[in-house]
Amino acid sequence: MSLILLIEQILNGLQFGVMLFLMAAGLTLIFGVMGLINLAHGSFYMIGAFAAAATAAATGSFMLALVASLVAAAAAGAIVEMTVIRRLYTRDHLDQVLATFALILIFSEGTRWMFGSFPLFLEIPDYLSGPISLPFGIEYPQYRLAIIAVGLFVAGGLFALIAKTRIGIQIRAGESDREMIAALGVDISKLYTFVFALGAALAGVAGALIGAIQSVQVGMGEPVLILAFVVIVIGGIGSIKGALLGAILVGLTDTLAGFLLPKAFGLMMEASAATSVGSSLASMSIYILMAGVLLFKPTGLFGST
Amino acid sequence: MHKETILNACVLLGLLAVPLWALQMDEPFIITLATKAVIFAIAGVGLNFALGLGGLVSLGHAAFFGIGGYAMGILASHAQGYTPVIEWPLTIEGTNSMPIIWLVAIAFSALFAFVIGALSLRTSGVYFIMITLAFGQMLYFFMISWPTYGGEDGLVIYVRNGFPGLNTLDPIQFFGICFTLLCLVLFIVSRLAQSSFGLALGGARQNEERTQAIGIVPYRLYLIAFTISGAITGLSGALFADLNRFVSPTMFSWQTSGEIMVFIILGGMGRLFGPVVGAALFILLEHLLGGLSEFWHIYLGAILLGVVLFARGGLIQLIVGREVAHD
Repeated sequence: MSLILLIEQILNGLQFGVMLFLMAAGLTLIFGVMGLINLAHGSFYMIGAFAAAATAAATGSFMLALVASLVAAAAAGAIVEMTVIRRLYTRDHLDQVLATFALILIFSEGTRWMFGSFPLFLEIPDYLSGPISLPFGIEYPQYRLAIIAVGLFVAGGLFALIAKTRIGIQIRAGESDREMIAALGVDISKLYTFVFALGAALAGVAGALIGAIQSVQVGMGEPVLILAFVVIVIGGIGSIKGALLGAILVGLTDTLAGFLLPKAFGLMMEASAATSVGSSLASMSIYILMAGVLLFKPTGLFGST
Repeated sequence: MHKETILNACVLLGLLAVPLWALQMDEPFIITLATKAVIFAIAGVGLNFALGLGGLVSLGHAAFFGIGGYAMGILASHAQGYTPVIEWPLTIEGTNSMPIIWLVAIAFSALFAFVIGALSLRTSGVYFIMITLAFGQMLYFFMISWPTYGGEDGLVIYVRNGFPGLNTLDPIQFFGICFTLLCLVLFIVSRLAQSSFGLALGGARQNEERTQAIGIVPYRLYLIAFTISGAITGLSGALFADLNRFVSPTMFSWQTSGEIMVFIILGGMGRLFGPVVGAALFILLEHLLGGLSEFWHIYLGAILLGVVLFARGGLIQLIVGREVAHD
């Protein structure tokens, strides 16, 4: 096993983690501010990817496709918030789970009805395709590196938005005492719509960026959604910092376990058995990580009780 | 008699009458649909024990459904291939006897429910929902990547397992087995709900602090309820596998967990017959809407959304009103 391969895998894990952060940030914001558990968040990821694929097919521009994913997901988020989600804030978690599960059914089948069951493809633009040479003789796909950069940039922007801007102050105030900030004259329902649309937009962009590496298909959002849940459970629900740390941890664990465990078992047993045991364990690794974190900190790394 | 009790009796009779009528009309497909409804009802009754009585919103019950399914798949595939399940430290042969398979399914799903519950119940609220979901996914991915029993493709069992004295390949006889088990499970669950354990569990759901203050440990009650709930769902998984003579990791998928929860909500949460009515309604919708349009999940989603937003008590409450019968 060469060091170069290991570094490449670490970069892959980082790229995966950064994408998970874009999903998890929206989920954790929505939970922190509105107290809502949103299973339909994966649908915005899918909507973003489909909007990007359709736009790219029509215009040929990857930048326009990214913008389209952002706009489509944010618009879908705002519409859903105003028609359905708004009624759920005062309900218990069970109702929220069921109503958003219903939304998944509607979004997934609606997309299948519009675009068909076959996967769509989103091409990586020419200026980002091909490998780039990094120090120590590492060749790494430019596009994946760009994803890491975009993800970190968005994460930085989000932190700045929450920490420095007026709307960020309102969001943080909404997390700690929603009656009080309503009483101070902040239009709380507009704020909620904004936060929900923001979360949806982040998920949509993540979907578009990943859509260029994987295929764009119905049901692509749910596996990512569940990983994002794992991320925010590890990081502590409601904490953006926790979501970032959790996402990187999960991304690295998932990628490195898939890479290292079969090799580690290969030292002890024959190759085919090692691959099967190793990959079985690797697929469970992030859940084991989560169970481990919860044993010591039941509210996650940065969670408040 | 309470209106709900009368409705419950009608539901059971109706569930029995439909396949008998189908038998007269020589429509085996309808008998199979009714069997599916009965099996889903058992799964729902299992989840409802944790969800309705204990207030534990588990989004990972597919794990137990799948374990039950694979208990059947693994035992039957070994019996089919005449190979032992394990040889060390003692030899265990496969089997195609339903009662043994049910016991194994119940034992293993109870064991997993105990372990998953013991870990998950350290948390509550939204953490609990996500953690049960994550444990379900963990088993799902494990089954996909574990090649011994078919991996992603699952296992096909060529002959339905046997029950002493019955021909299980005859749809109506297999329906009879499932229906009897449903009645048995309903009876046990209703007795448990009336027992001091069930009453304490209901108390813990309504007010955890007060229950604690009178010397009852809610964690222990929740864990017992979660284990029983998982065991019942595991039994239904074994029956479902036998109905299809096929098991695959899809049984573990989180959509399955969601669907089991949907049965409860369509019928009415916290009511003994809620999941039974819900499962029957689900199969009916699947059959009717599925015939209308390939995209019937859109309608299902809309109906579910309507029920959650505007008719929280489900179908039973629409018919008999808010009051809950205690039987």
